[in-house]
Amino acid sequence: MRLHEYQAKQVFAEAGIPTPESQLATTVDEAVEAAETIGYPVAIKAQVHVGGRGKAGGIEIAADEAAARSAAEAILGMDLKGYLVDRVLVEAAVDFTDELYVGVTMDRGEGQPVAMVSSRGGVNIEEVAAEHPEAIAREYIDPAFGLHPYQARKAVYEAGVDDAVALDLAGILSTLYDLWASNDASDAEINPVMITADDEIIATDAVLNIDDDALFRHPELAEMEEEAAEDDLEAKANEYGFDYVRLDGNVGIIGNGAGLVMTTLDLVDYYDGQPANFLDIGGGAKAERVRNALDMVFSDENVDAVVFNIFGGITRGDEVARGINEALEGFDELPKPVVVRLAGTNAEEGMEILNTELVQVEATLEAAVKRAVDLAEGVTA
Amino acid sequence: MSVLVDQDTSVIVQGITGGEGSFHTEQMIDYGTNVVAGAVPGRGGETVQGIPVYNTVEAAVDAHDADASVVFVPPAFAADALFEALDTDLDLVVAITEGIPTQDMAKVYKQLKSADAHLIGPNCPGVITPEAAKLGILPGDIFTEGPIGFISRSGTLTYQIVSNLTERGLGQTTAIGIGGDPIIGTDFVGALELFEADPETEAVVMCGEIGGEDEEEAADYIAEYMDTPVVGFIAGRTAPPGKRMGHAGAIVSGSGTGTAQSKIDALNDAGVPVGATPEQVADYVEEVR
Repeated sequence: MRLHEYQAKQVFAEAGIPTPESQLATTVDEAVEAAETIGYPVAIKAQVHVGGRGKAGGIEIAADEAAARSAAEAILGMDLKGYLVDRVLVEAAVDFTDELYVGVTMDRGEGQPVAMVSSRGGVNIEEVAAEHPEAIAREYIDPAFGLHPYQARKAVYEAGVDDAVALDLAGILSTLYDLWASNDASDAEINPVMITADDEIIATDAVLNIDDDALFRHPELAEMEEEAAEDDLEAKANEYGFDYVRLDGNVGIIGNGAGLVMTTLDLVDYYDGQPANFLDIGGGAKAERVRNALDMVFSDENVDAVVFNIFGGITRGDEVARGINEALEGFDELPKPVVVRLAGTNAEEGMEILNTELVQVEATLEAAVKRAVDLAEGVTA
Repeated sequence: MSVLVDQDTSVIVQGITGGEGSFHTEQMIDYGTNVVAGAVPGRGGETVQGIPVYNTVEAAVDAHDADASVVFVPPAFAADALFEALDTDLDLVVAITEGIPTQDMAKVYKQLKSADAHLIGPNCPGVITPEAAKLGILPGDIFTEGPIGFISRSGTLTYQIVSNLTERGLGQTTAIGIGGDPIIGTDFVGALELFEADPETEAVVMCGEIGGEDEEEAADYIAEYMDTPVVGFIAGRTAPPGKRMGHAGAIVSGSGTGTAQSKIDALNDAGVPVGATPEQVADYVEEVR
């Protein structure tokens, strides 16, 4: 789960990390009022979960009321890489002499947290990491101890941060690690940390991404998630408890198990079709889950045909088939053709039970995918 | 021969009193697994499926000289259960639990480095040596004894590809589901080492997926150290960057690392053929062995 910049900044500020004065606004008038209160110049920043907001026109600096109004008018309601901007953060613009980077993340290869500092802040840090890996100082952290203060200092000095701000920055890095650990974050990042002419340090951006699997012990953060606007279908999937990712093709895909569903997507592509989604219904394939899954995929207007791929495993194929039949009975007529493939324990019995007036049945994964791709193509052509 | 488990492995079940734990204990026993005890805090003295339950893992291990544990403990308590298991003489811990917070696993992983046990998982279907023992939730029927070692990050994808192999008469020495989480106890390299040392394993199938760099590291290991031929499969060729595909670990990062293509290229460079479909995996296995 990703927090918005304004949410993350609030968490950072409460922990004592200096941030610019700011206010959230959802209308142009609110934004102008906020700018008047804060004083010019201000930065007006789109609050959407998209990287590279600045380049895409989602951040503007305004020196007076007229500029603030036109910036807010331009940004509020804009489509930023597919996301509708419905709120902006208005904050005091910082006059800076240098931009730095600090971050904490989980290095999954090492199975260990890592703290990072770079004197090349203000740019895409992943590009810095790819092109100039030596420009990022890294300290691996023993999670039993946390980030030792000396490690924070070491990283800061190694990154070549100016002596005048080095110790303050090390302090911010320590706080950032504590926030990362206490909030079960996957990433905590400030890019940039701005340095002013009088050697003040100020966090002008904030990233805090939380491990979804740990949200159960952070109800206050879980609440923030509901504020974040999502794709309608993705919100619906959340409600049903499905793992769902929307893509832009026309072959709907339902299956059980992440790896097998991914493989079904790949096979659709392999047979020259275009997957419309990833949808993992998990174990069991009970009637209600099957019905909800079909409902989701049918409500995606891009979908022309559906492939339903279940590997029975412990759940027997005949039970799965009964669940599918029961789910199908809820529909008078299927709006789009559905190809079902059952495998695993008792799969043959399952296939015999399936209601073939409503669905088409194939015995192998490859055949089912090919058939769905052909059906989808037939609709498009 | 086999790796990690055989018919003599004596097994305890942590979380045996829960729905999943109890159901799969029965399934494991039916398969022939030598399940000797369960461990659940506060439930010592009870029996589940005829198996005695102890309050602590240590008591269960000591009373039955157990070798391995299967963990069905819910995510919020799972890390504690793993620490408890690692604090005994167990050789093998198989963590089935899905959804353990990653920071908890980082702590377990740190502890694992100073322990002697193998940890498989978490978020995995388990380990099976066909006709001998299964530790986990794998459907026994689709596996058959034979010369192929099998390693996978995913559950149902394991079942799919194993079925393709079994249908061609390509049985398995042992199949290991290593798990779909960002931090797992035994990675591809760890599992490949086990099969390389097993004289009965004539070829290994490794099923990877997007996310992380485990498959790339496995490719380096194969090129440098392995004589046993390996065939690969990588799920997620069509996955878009930045979207988690079900598994916590299955995500292509914004910087483009962890893509299916980088894994396929690394494996191909190490001389490992990578099937584009499950059927092709079986074709390649027939060719290389």
